[in-house]
Amino acid sequence: MTVSFKETVILLPTMTLNLSTQYKRLENFGHSLQTSCYHIPVRSTGDLSEAFQFAKKLGLKVTARGTGISYNDASLNGGGVVLDMRGMNQILAWDPASGVVRCESGVTLEQLWQKVEPDGWWPPVVSGTMKTTLGGCLGANIHGKNNFQAGPIGEHVTEFTAMLPTGALVTCTPKKNADLFYALISGLGMLGVFTSITLKMKRIHSGLISVDAWHASDLRRQLGDLVEHAPEYDYIVGWLDTTAIGKRLGRGQIHAARSLEEGEDSNAAETIQLKFQHLPDRLFGVMPKSFLHYFMSPFMNNLGVWGVNTAKYVSALRHHTFRQSHAAFHFLLDYVPDWERSFGRGGLIQYQSFLPKETAEDAWRVMIQLSHRRGLPSYLGVTKRHRPDKFLFTHAVDGFSLAMDFKVTDRNRARLSAMLQEFDRIVLDAGGRFYFAKNSETSAESTRRFLGAEAVSKFNKLKKRCDPNGLLESDLYRRLFL
Amino acid sequence: MPEIIGSDSPKPFDQTQGRFVPATPLTPRRRGIVIGASDGLGAELARLLVREGYSLALIARRKEKLDAICRELNANDQAARAYIHDVSEYDKVPALLRKIVADLGGLDLVVFVAAVNLPPGGMDKYNFENDRTMIEVNLLGAMAWLHPIAEMFQSARAGQIVGISSVAGDRGRVGNPGNNVSKAGLTTYLEALRNRLTRHGVNVLTVKPGFLKTEMLKAAMGPTPFSIDPGRAADVIVRAMKKRKQVIYTASIWRWIMLAIQHTPSFIFRRLSF
Repeated sequence: MTVSFKETVILLPTMTLNLSTQYKRLENFGHSLQTSCYHIPVRSTGDLSEAFQFAKKLGLKVTARGTGISYNDASLNGGGVVLDMRGMNQILAWDPASGVVRCESGVTLEQLWQKVEPDGWWPPVVSGTMKTTLGGCLGANIHGKNNFQAGPIGEHVTEFTAMLPTGALVTCTPKKNADLFYALISGLGMLGVFTSITLKMKRIHSGLISVDAWHASDLRRQLGDLVEHAPEYDYIVGWLDTTAIGKRLGRGQIHAARSLEEGEDSNAAETIQLKFQHLPDRLFGVMPKSFLHYFMSPFMNNLGVWGVNTAKYVSALRHHTFRQSHAAFHFLLDYVPDWERSFGRGGLIQYQSFLPKETAEDAWRVMIQLSHRRGLPSYLGVTKRHRPDKFLFTHAVDGFSLAMDFKVTDRNRARLSAMLQEFDRIVLDAGGRFYFAKNSETSAESTRRFLGAEAVSKFNKLKKRCDPNGLLESDLYRRLFL
Repeated sequence: MPEIIGSDSPKPFDQTQGRFVPATPLTPRRRGIVIGASDGLGAELARLLVREGYSLALIARRKEKLDAICRELNANDQAARAYIHDVSEYDKVPALLRKIVADLGGLDLVVFVAAVNLPPGGMDKYNFENDRTMIEVNLLGAMAWLHPIAEMFQSARAGQIVGISSVAGDRGRVGNPGNNVSKAGLTTYLEALRNRLTRHGVNVLTVKPGFLKTEMLKAAMGPTPFSIDPGRAADVIVRAMKKRKQVIYTASIWRWIMLAIQHTPSFIFRRLSF
């Protein structure tokens, strides 16, 4: 299917392309990086191959983009072609008996869970926001709060089809084309573009999930609790007060959740309904939550954040158990719409490091202390428990991750950049890894160091095989691999 | 007190591979094109803009001169790359622009400086070839470049266009009709772009220099009052860019001089030999 013919295609000769293009300014999720690209909406595999041929003819590089909400430059391609995959958003097949779903790659997690949840299923791995597309989820090989037991989303993919830049379609399963299967998933869209994805869902017996919340008074307890209690639950996540100092450094709150067994929820028939899952759009039933980020921005400075974190910790001191809907538990980032706007004009970046359980505590203690000394505290810290997986560009380790959000301003850029370079050294020395959907400042050298020469050379070989003309390039790829 | 700031932050231009390094949130880059960058005002503007944090594509006809400027700019880890091009080769503009935008990784600014000044050599001399060249370079060259860039900026709803016109365009005078026409045309063209683009968030700055102490000054006949260094003019222009001004004169006194000249009645003006 071809889309409307557009006469004035800026700088791109029209006669060769039946797709509409627009030269557009695009940005990352944190509004901290903008660049302009030739934006081409794609609605079918036919469109995709046409766009590839067209870019090749003009000598332009190509990047696929879903909803564009990674924290860094993964879906940006300054001065090149960006394929907008949101138009490929059909759920192709859903079997409520087996829990297997086949989707186009532009389907979002939001579409997916809303399709499967009423039938008693839930996506096996979800990100903190439901706005991500499945193509993006596979490209980054996302993890959730259940990474320590369920692994990344790639482990739940039974089959996918991807288009290589040559126009060839390849179908991969963990058995068939296994080398491509384990490289395209986690491969940042640099080997091919996913067109359809088959996933196995996870059974649920209620629309509710049972959550235990308790506090951890310092970093050692926080990490200790993650290790010790993870096996008892399906999901575990820690909030870390990044502003606490001294003995209290690393204090926070653990949220651990388990799915309800059959019969545990007497109202299951009701709670499983979709309307029960919807996040409320008003606070206390009165104030529209879309306004909330305006009220948050006055607190988005070092002092304000200290106050908020301290207040949150005090309120976390009470150990309690409660039940909440799956959507409310998983999609915390969607709870306050546009919350990232409260970080102001310079936006935000996230620094996430993955460290083995033996070295994590010391390394993070040093890093958090350093951020205090520099007057550049993180405004939000989140810890998770992880286990290794066998994807080519895996970010996971047998240990933990700590994600830290930083506010970016014109005045702190240089200092923040210098600090994050020191963070990189600390993490690498401690045997740590990074996650391509998050960090925006990692250098090519650090990347080679944590991935290892073997993985990089394997990737380069696959890149030559799948993309002989080097058509697929994002700003992230140019930053890390060239 | 901040501790030592890391010195190994990524360099904006990778000289071994001859490519611009992508910007990151903490090392943002603005990207610009300077057309006519090999000497005079263009070169001075390039020097200032890289200091302001721009990655630059420099365009000029003369390879040696342009390469020298590039080397000078890149010596201090600054980002500039040379593209040899004659602005009167209009057909080559779209492909070259596309390549430059891809190399830079986007585009935020264009500065059109390229110009020739070929006086006919006297009040009663006419030289069509010279006039034609001036129109082809000063006016059509600008239109060939700024048309597609205006379209891009409008579409992206961001960007800044700086056109170096001249006080010569403010009035038709006896000395160099061809130059007057090319600059009057450019001034009017830039005004039209401004009126088209302001509503789309794009700033268009028209610069009208008086006499600048450059190669081109040698072409001027008679006295050259209020002439200033191109470096000083570049400084004024960059400051005006930051303030997103519309029309400026360098030196600023020319605004008042030209105001007087523009309002001189024709029955007087046509009797002057100026």
